[in-house]
Amino acid sequence: MSNTEEMQEFVTVTIADQMFGIPVLQVHDVLGSVKLTNIPLAPPEVAGALNLRGRIVTCIDIRKRLGLPQAENDHKPMSVVVEHHGEPYSLLIDSVGEVLSLRTDKLEMNPGTMDSRWREVSSGIYRTEDNLLVILQIDRLLDFAGGANVAA
Amino acid sequence: MDDLLSEFLTETNENIGIVDAALVELEQNPDEGSQIDNIFRLVHTIKGTCGFLGLPRLEAVAHAGENVLGKIRDKELTVTADVVTIILEAMDVIKEVLEVLEQTEEEPEGDDSDLIARLNDVAYGSGAAASAPAEPEPEPAAEPEPVAEERELKPGEVSEADLEAAFNAAPGPEDEAAEAESEVRPGEVSEEDLQAAFDAAPGPEEPAQEAAAAPAEEAAPVAEAEKPAPAPKVIPKKEPKAAAEAAPKETSLANQSIRVNVELLENLMTMVSELVLTRNQLLQMVRGMDDNEFTVPLQRLSHVTTELQEGLMKTRMQPIGNAWSKLPRIVRDLSHDLDKKIDLIMHGAETELDRQVLELIKDPLTHMVRNSADHGLEGPADRLAAGKKETGKIVLDAYHEGGHIIITITDDGRGLNSEKIKAKAIENGMATETELEGMSTQQIQSYIMKAGFSTAEKVTNVSGRGVGMDVVRSNIEKIGGTIELKSEEGLGSTFTIKIPLTLAIVSALIVECCKERFAIPQISVVELVRASTDGRSDNTIEMINDSPVLRLRDRLLPLVHLNDILRLETAADEVAEQSEAKGSEEFIIVSQVGAYTFGIVVDRVFDTEEIVVKPVAPILRDLSIFSGNTILGDGSVIMILDPNGIASKSGENVVGDHSVEEEAHRVSSESDKVAMLVCRAGGEEPKAVPLSLVARLEEIDVETIENTNGQLVVQYRGKIMPLVTVNEEATVVKEGRQPILVFSDNERTMGLVVDEIVDIVDDHLNVEMASNVEGMIGSAVIRGKATDVIDVGYYLQKCFGDWFGSTETAAYGSGQSAQRILLVDDSPFFRNMLVPLLSVAGYEVSTAENPVEALTMRDQGKNFDVIVSDIEMPEMDGFQFAEEVLGDDRWADTPIVALSSHTTPQDFDRGRKVGFSDYVAKFDRDALMNTLSQTLRAAGGAK
Repeated sequence: MSNTEEMQEFVTVTIADQMFGIPVLQVHDVLGSVKLTNIPLAPPEVAGALNLRGRIVTCIDIRKRLGLPQAENDHKPMSVVVEHHGEPYSLLIDSVGEVLSLRTDKLEMNPGTMDSRWREVSSGIYRTEDNLLVILQIDRLLDFAGGANVAA
Repeated sequence: MDDLLSEFLTETNENIGIVDAALVELEQNPDEGSQIDNIFRLVHTIKGTCGFLGLPRLEAVAHAGENVLGKIRDKELTVTADVVTIILEAMDVIKEVLEVLEQTEEEPEGDDSDLIARLNDVAYGSGAAASAPAEPEPEPAAEPEPVAEERELKPGEVSEADLEAAFNAAPGPEDEAAEAESEVRPGEVSEEDLQAAFDAAPGPEEPAQEAAAAPAEEAAPVAEAEKPAPAPKVIPKKEPKAAAEAAPKETSLANQSIRVNVELLENLMTMVSELVLTRNQLLQMVRGMDDNEFTVPLQRLSHVTTELQEGLMKTRMQPIGNAWSKLPRIVRDLSHDLDKKIDLIMHGAETELDRQVLELIKDPLTHMVRNSADHGLEGPADRLAAGKKETGKIVLDAYHEGGHIIITITDDGRGLNSEKIKAKAIENGMATETELEGMSTQQIQSYIMKAGFSTAEKVTNVSGRGVGMDVVRSNIEKIGGTIELKSEEGLGSTFTIKIPLTLAIVSALIVECCKERFAIPQISVVELVRASTDGRSDNTIEMINDSPVLRLRDRLLPLVHLNDILRLETAADEVAEQSEAKGSEEFIIVSQVGAYTFGIVVDRVFDTEEIVVKPVAPILRDLSIFSGNTILGDGSVIMILDPNGIASKSGENVVGDHSVEEEAHRVSSESDKVAMLVCRAGGEEPKAVPLSLVARLEEIDVETIENTNGQLVVQYRGKIMPLVTVNEEATVVKEGRQPILVFSDNERTMGLVVDEIVDIVDDHLNVEMASNVEGMIGSAVIRGKATDVIDVGYYLQKCFGDWFGSTETAAYGSGQSAQRILLVDDSPFFRNMLVPLLSVAGYEVSTAENPVEALTMRDQGKNFDVIVSDIEMPEMDGFQFAEEVLGDDRWADTPIVALSSHTTPQDFDRGRKVGFSDYVAKFDRDALMNTLSQTLRAAGGAK
């Protein structure tokens, strides 16, 4: 714990009761529920677009991306805004938790039995005291060239 | 330095520069009133500011000058060379003073009383004006001093002068000179100069030449002023005064324009864009409220924002020549590499367009020119063999048209080989042979711009064209432009690119579809039409086998439903509910992509808004249907629709379907194709009627059909409309809805009862068998089936003996002896079609199968009141026929009306030129009737 270089901080978010970690340095904003503009014909993972202080942010439905069940109708998602290749994206999540500082050497490999869609976007798992934290790799998460068939 | 003073110096230097130039112009055109006003105002400003800043010497000189100018303005003094000279002299004095002022911030000592006295003499006329030119030299002596000071300030310019002098004097140690030169102005040496120098002298002194050549012009005057000693060698003929004048003028010119970092401009643009958005947002908020305290300031804000936006837009404009500057070099290199002789000719390089657009088209343009040189032009041997000049030509042309800039790239090379393209398209599975068969040459050639046509090498072998033309096209379309291609094998190709002047801020129409809002760039919206599906409004959306169409004036407009295109599925029942509620009213946005016009059906139309186009996120780039997105005044994000994308989504082959010429071409190749409405009525066999004759397709409720005097009628749009059946066997259905074809003529309408509307087909129409059945013209093969062609004229006559009543479509002079018409048309169908129509209208109609037959009638001594002639006919076409008719006295006075499916303005012009009195579209019956009666009336009046 003495060497800070081995520490990494993650914002924890919850999606469908699963905890995920997003590297804190990549998180630009956390937004409450906002009005989305639907984008017809877009890949299914694209939930729409929103206006963040004059910037147009593309929203990604992580549930669809990860093949999780759809939320109930009255569900009001929050979003975490990240940047990818200079473009802002907002990831729809259920709720945001605390920021955890974790030792990089504690990161464990993705279990081989994990859904391939998850393995694709996760760089590993942390065991916290009462939860398992799946670390999301934003680059992979937002790179869904073959994404169209993921949620189909 | 005091800010105020420095500002004054900049401004006054600029103003004097303008005054100098304006004075010279005034001297040349003394009657030009606006010039003198302008000069007077500027000098007046200078005087005023000097007084304000406490510069008495300047003020006095300016004041005296102003007096003279005032006299000229009031026409008390005529502009002569002397007067202009003395005012210029006063300006020079002001300039000198300004120079010193800039250095010392103090007005220099000096006595201008002589000058002022002479100015006053001129102004108040003591005859001394004549002596003025005699002594214009006293001042220039003072000149070298301030300039010399400047020289210390700008050491660069000195070496330039030295260089210039040295270079001119003796071509000695150029290498050294060149070095010095490039240190001074490394960026100024243009490529042309380089090129010129390179071509001229490939030797050791080459760098010196090129370097010296570039700044020679600017350097010369500086040299004169600063180095009087060597200067006379350079330009010995000029007076020292001229030289003295030139030096300060240059500083003032330099002050007029500044170099600004592009990034700064971009940032400003972004900020202005944001400002526009915020302004829109405020406007939106205030719009809902009545008068309040915000209204006025907001209006002002709005106004200023607009001005700011426009102003900034101007700063971003750059001549397109900037994008071309590299081309001569590229072409030159290519011509060396390829052993071709190529002339690159560029017109309109000064045409300006937005920097951003410029950047975006730079590569495609370069690419296309490279293509033209590489693949388009043949080698010298081939060219000579083909009877062309050895040197190939590539012509670039740019000009403004509307809100667009048009760039054409023309080469006189080998052109495209359609056959090979066809083969390739079939090979790649992009089209079937049958599809290609029906296409115009342009459409086929356009395949080279389609994605997946072929890889570079293959296309090069096949067509002599095209590394990645599809990339070029998509790049151009990405910025809202279009590209067209016209090529004639053996003669060359022309690419025409049309792009918007700016991308940053556009006016867009906001529409709603399935509760989602979208923006459509105003520039692609032709008009808005409100339509209904139930006949309640004037415009009704009709269905042809599930494809919606709209009759828009005289044409059939294909429609696309935005919700279909976007696959928007708001719960179906909700839509139904909605449409129920608003009486199935819909809005149609008539949009044009190239020559393809179509309608986009949306639920609602809001107003237009100035929007700032932002590119969509990279993961959405594949969606051709959106050209970008933006934030609206209310803060919501909105997607911007791209009509290009919609058109291609709706299945239209848009590429290469753009130009008018091409349209004409297409029409001509299909000229004898007619849109026929195929229906079933009174029997299983299909019946057909030319679509152009049908006013509307209706379905009426059987219960509304009434019977009066043994005639079935229905109340239709507040009038009684008789219904007829095709024959005795045909009957009206017992219940439900009855489809009818409505034929309409002004106030009268007739409904023809049919069993079913089958389809609308475009087909060649050859009535092969004349019919002896009443109401049928004959039989033709339509869609591979024998089909009876309905004689509408027969039914019209049956319904209304007086179908053509006293309206303007009635024959002119009906009531008197019938007007005689000669109808010349090679198509038996049209003769059959038109004769009854014209006869019913009260004309006496004769027909001729071709012009030759018509001319025979002339020889037989027959006379007609009007001739109606087709254009495309074998042996002799309508144009020749018209010339023939007009060239002979017998029928020279007979007006000729052209009847043609070619109705482009060009055709129209040509028709008028050869002497047609009028030009009517072939299927426009009303127009024909109107034209006939008008023509006859005009001819009658003339007699």
